[in-house]
Amino acid sequence: MDQMTTAAPRARRRRNLWSWIAFTLGVAYFVLPLIGMFEFSLRKRRDAYSFDAYTSILGDPQFQQTFLYSLVMSLVTVVLGLLLVLPTAFWVRLKLPAMRPVVEFITLLPLVIPVIVIAFGYIRMFNTSSFLPMTGSIMGTNILLAIGYATLSLPYMYRAIDNGLRTIDVGTLTEAAQSLGAGWLTILYRIMLPNVYTAVLSGAFLTISIVLGEYVFAALLDRPALGPYMVWVGGNKAYEPAALAVIAFAVTWGLMGLIQAMSRLSKHTRVAR
Amino acid sequence: MSTAPGSSIRRLAGTWIGIVPFLIFAVLFILMPTANIVIGAFQDTDGGFTLTNMARLFEPRLMASFWLSIKVSLMSAGLGVLTGFLIAVAVSHGGLPPRLRAPLLTFSGVAANFAGVPLAFAFIATLGRLGFITILLKEWLGINIYSAGFNLISFWGLIFVYLYFQLALMLLIIMPALDGLKKEWREAAEVLGATHLQYWRMVALPVLFPALLGTFALLFANSFGAIATAQALTGSSQSLITIQLFAQIRGDVLQDPRIGYAIAFGMIVITGLANALYIVLRQRSEKWIK
Repeated sequence: MDQMTTAAPRARRRRNLWSWIAFTLGVAYFVLPLIGMFEFSLRKRRDAYSFDAYTSILGDPQFQQTFLYSLVMSLVTVVLGLLLVLPTAFWVRLKLPAMRPVVEFITLLPLVIPVIVIAFGYIRMFNTSSFLPMTGSIMGTNILLAIGYATLSLPYMYRAIDNGLRTIDVGTLTEAAQSLGAGWLTILYRIMLPNVYTAVLSGAFLTISIVLGEYVFAALLDRPALGPYMVWVGGNKAYEPAALAVIAFAVTWGLMGLIQAMSRLSKHTRVAR
Repeated sequence: MSTAPGSSIRRLAGTWIGIVPFLIFAVLFILMPTANIVIGAFQDTDGGFTLTNMARLFEPRLMASFWLSIKVSLMSAGLGVLTGFLIAVAVSHGGLPPRLRAPLLTFSGVAANFAGVPLAFAFIATLGRLGFITILLKEWLGINIYSAGFNLISFWGLIFVYLYFQLALMLLIIMPALDGLKKEWREAAEVLGATHLQYWRMVALPVLFPALLGTFALLFANSFGAIATAQALTGSSQSLITIQLFAQIRGDVLQDPRIGYAIAFGMIVITGLANALYIVLRQRSEKWIK
């Protein structure tokens, strides 16, 4: 008994020390590359730290065009994903609960099949000699790219919206709306959508984050997106890549921060009700 | 009246119509492109059945690429699980202040999504030949890591970079699982005279084992399909199977185009197996931890 009382605190202190070491090493591993890329991005001018690399990137018309292209693509993808997922998730909850595992399995497939394989499949299936020659024109290729992005974001979008629908009583709301004479579109976009707004926004921000940095699809479909531009900068400039990485990290952090704020906001409204 | 065949068909159609757009999308843009690849892997240029494409997968060059991808994925997933588990245990059970938890999880959420090309840039800026830490070590401590044999653009360098998102993903998955360990189990073990180590070895780890192995499979698949980071970091000096396939699709490699199908099929099989393992093990781990 006596031995235990003196040994236990010492063991705990030692455990504590090891915990701090593990935690500190982990934090160092996570943070040092961020410091490194920031410091490196400031080195463009020979004699002093400066933001020259940033002005060089932000002033590059190529950057502006590809960033705008990817931003527009990400918004198109969000709309496409929403049109695809919200009615489906709603309908499965309302009328076809037995289909849930099947639909869920399909939405997870884009995580199982490597992106490059899906892109390869698109190129083979929608080329100029196929039944749906989407890669034959620029607009068609843009649409195909948006569809590809919608596929990539399907797992996240579906889970976000389905989780949102779980917190509301889909059946009762639908019946109430129908008894007041609402049609399906009204129910979907004026009743379900506002109720799962925060969930939709979380899915949307994650989708934007994925699309902005995506490389494989855009490169293989040969569209002027941000991903291929970043690779080009990496091969041709010295300090600009680090500045780009800092910008990318800031954007990712901002979007993830918005998601966190959203989930906090939704908890708030639910408690208040 | 309602048993009239016309109306029951209409009712059936009414029940299904809501997911028809989704099913069309899934068939057209997920299932058929994949099936196209799988079937193509077993066809010759005239569309007849053949196993030649499959046989060509066993050429040394492609085998080496598959093997390299598998090794990188195994190592980065293994290290990710190990280091992530140690850090997660330290934070949740190691007596560290509980307020470290939330920031770590938030950061992991960002880091898990900070992959692709920018991640490669960050590491080049830090540990490349002129990187921040490389120079710091040289100027402050007189250590030249590059003459000591370190190289970021190498097998181990690639694994070290992959670890960034692997570790983050591991933390995101395993922290909630660690919370699922019931306090009663530890108390029961202590009452029965178990030491701290015995509790972990004989109670906690067996309970967590399916979750750990399942996450390992998930991280493996995660790394196996990755390409952008590797391409931006190493160019094509590390010829992962994804980089080979990318070159094949781009037409940089002028040879039999059927080989692309076979490579893609091989990749589907490997990530499919890894994900199946993950799903099975996740279900098993939910038996204990919910």
